[in-house]
Amino acid sequence: MLPDPNSLYGPLDPAPDAGYEDAPPRMGFFTDTSVCIGCKACEVACKEWNGVPQSGLDLLGMSYDNTGALTANSWRHVAFVEQPRPADVLGAPVADGAGPQFLGMPGSQPPGRGSGAEDRTDFRWLMMSDVCKHCTHAACLDVCPTGSLFRTEFGTVVVQEDICNGCGYCISACPYGVIDQRKDDGRAWKCTLCYDRLGAGQTPACAQACPTESIQYGPLEELRERAAARVATLHERGVPEARLYGHDPNDGVGGDGAFFLLLDEPEVYGLPPDPVVTTRDLPKMWKRAGLAALAMAAATVAAFVGGSS
Amino acid sequence: MSPARPPVGDRFRRFRDRLAAEGSDRPEAPRQGGPAGTDDQADLTPPPQRTAELPGRRTGRRGGRRGGGEELRVPEATFTSYYGRPILKAPVWKWDIAAYLFTGGLAAGSSLLAAGGQLTGRPALRRAGRVTALAAVSASAVFLVKDLGRPARFHHMLRVAKPTSPMSMGTWILTAYGPAAGVAAIAEAAGRLPRHGRFGLVGRALPSVGHAAGLLAAGAAPALATYTGVLLADTAVPSWHEAYPELPVIFAGSALASGAGVGLLAAPPAQAGPARRMAVAGAALELYGTHRVETRLGLLSEPYRVGRPGRLLRAGRLLTVSGVAGALLGRRSRLVGALSGTALLAASAVTRFGIFYGGVASARDPRYTVVPQRERVNARRTGGGSGG
Ligand code: SF4
Ligand code: SF4
Repeated sequence: MLPDPNSLYGPLDPAPDAGYEDAPPRMGFFTDTSVCIGCKACEVACKEWNGVPQSGLDLLGMSYDNTGALTANSWRHVAFVEQPRPADVLGAPVADGAGPQFLGMPGSQPPGRGSGAEDRTDFRWLMMSDVCKHCTHAACLDVCPTGSLFRTEFGTVVVQEDICNGCGYCISACPYGVIDQRKDDGRAWKCTLCYDRLGAGQTPACAQACPTESIQYGPLEELRERAAARVATLHERGVPEARLYGHDPNDGVGGDGAFFLLLDEPEVYGLPPDPVVTTRDLPKMWKRAGLAALAMAAATVAAFVGGSS
Repeated sequence: MSPARPPVGDRFRRFRDRLAAEGSDRPEAPRQGGPAGTDDQADLTPPPQRTAELPGRRTGRRGGRRGGGEELRVPEATFTSYYGRPILKAPVWKWDIAAYLFTGGLAAGSSLLAAGGQLTGRPALRRAGRVTALAAVSASAVFLVKDLGRPARFHHMLRVAKPTSPMSMGTWILTAYGPAAGVAAIAEAAGRLPRHGRFGLVGRALPSVGHAAGLLAAGAAPALATYTGVLLADTAVPSWHEAYPELPVIFAGSALASGAGVGLLAAPPAQAGPARRMAVAGAALELYGTHRVETRLGLLSEPYRVGRPGRLLRAGRLLTVSGVAGALLGRRSRLVGALSGTALLAASAVTRFGIFYGGVASARDPRYTVVPQRERVNARRTGGGSGG
């Protein structure tokens, strides 16, 4: 029934598995957060190109992050983490990931300018542009009952808005909390990795707009090599906490089509530390349901034939 | 980096020390979980230097001179998150999906009851079962369509049949079950049709058509009652997913108990014997399953024990037990039977809502996402060596 033994879990090239013959190489994003400057050009470019409605003005008090999370109306989200980090140990790994700290930003001045040097704190600012991971094993796609979500020839995952009936299953299934329902519309929306631009041989809007090349777009194989080299460089330069996230085809979702270079544990950025595609366990689930169904039938038979009253 | 500046990270250290001095008032994560849970718990509860979520509403900015008096509350859990925001999107399913879990199970249980009554010559059970099944499956359809973001597109479900999508499978199960249950219920009207004339033929044919339809519905019923367990489990919602071995058991038991409830309500005590036995079997499955999800999952059992889901599940247990007790002890009294039946129906509904909202609660709190996954990563780092 299932063509590839790995079609639910494990390393896999998704486009051929989805039935494409002569699929082009798998395309993806490598987001290098170590060069992100938090300009949010990606958020804006995405909204512009894809015609994503505005999400309203909201001040969240989360550093410069007033987007909050990936939602139906924000397909790129720049996270800002303000983190105290002693300079004398800069270079040594943070003690198992100090959490986000609030440092009074935004304020009218940089921290410590008005109060003098003695009140200054030392902190680092982590910024990360988050996006749909275009998982190798995409739970959203697996569970979609209408076939609205589909795998493109580039190995990405896209919602067809004319098919989606807003059942909401994908939203509970995504282990990253990416895909979301648009309230006034009822359907599910998320990053398409600019499927329309890809088809025309163009770069996705966010990667095109990123001024620091924090967002890099290209064939996934190539990006993985580039990322490994970048991590090695950073380690050499004394940033041992640099690590990749979502690059490994052996992880719980078979590797992400959009992966990241992070400077702290994933959960600091609001990413799950060890996501697993829920459909990994689906065969076991059906088996349990089958057993339960049998038990039910047997109990009914027993109830009617056993006893006489 | 002026040499005059105070030691770097001082404010953070002060903050950390203060937390350590005040101690953590965090409700300790349950330790009776699996062995993995207990081992790694130590790892995750050091003196809280891994700061937990920042309070959602932080009072005051730290920019001014607060003299180190940070307004940060003691963390509630030792894990890191992004401003305490949930990682997962909570299910967008509303209460009507919980209600559907109940009506779908009720339909399945009633069809089984009806088929049993039909095959063993207990017309009261047959009639009540068939009529309830049709009513419940109709209500199910309404709940399901109503919950869609685009109700007018409900038929898009019929474009595909996908074994990887429990919702797709469920749609097809319902498509097979619904009409059969409908025909079986309509056949109950045969007795009211005239024996002669144009309707006479229909009237004479209906019982056997109803017989076949009733058996068909009963054949699909166990699938209808148990696929919903997979429906919930096949999500990233932590407390649903990890409960995948138990959810179908609970739902099967709950469906049997509700079907039995219908029988106890509708049938005279002389015919209600099978319903009583069904009630016992259903209650046993339901109680066993809920007990397992409340205790086996370590931290992920917590959402089923506290708050509204906890209250719902406790109420469900109480109702189940009293329903079964009533059914067994009051076997001669029609009134006690009816009361027990009502209790069983209520128990089934309440249990479904408890399971549903327990899962929702687990998706809303990043703790239930981060802590188990972090434990996994740490275990792999220390044990496997290969590093996540
Ligand atoms: S991150 Fe979520 S929405 Fe994106 S492909 Fe993976 S499962 Fe689907
Ligand atoms: S909400 Fe739309 S895209 Fe998501 S699973 Fe349902 S039909 Fe598919």
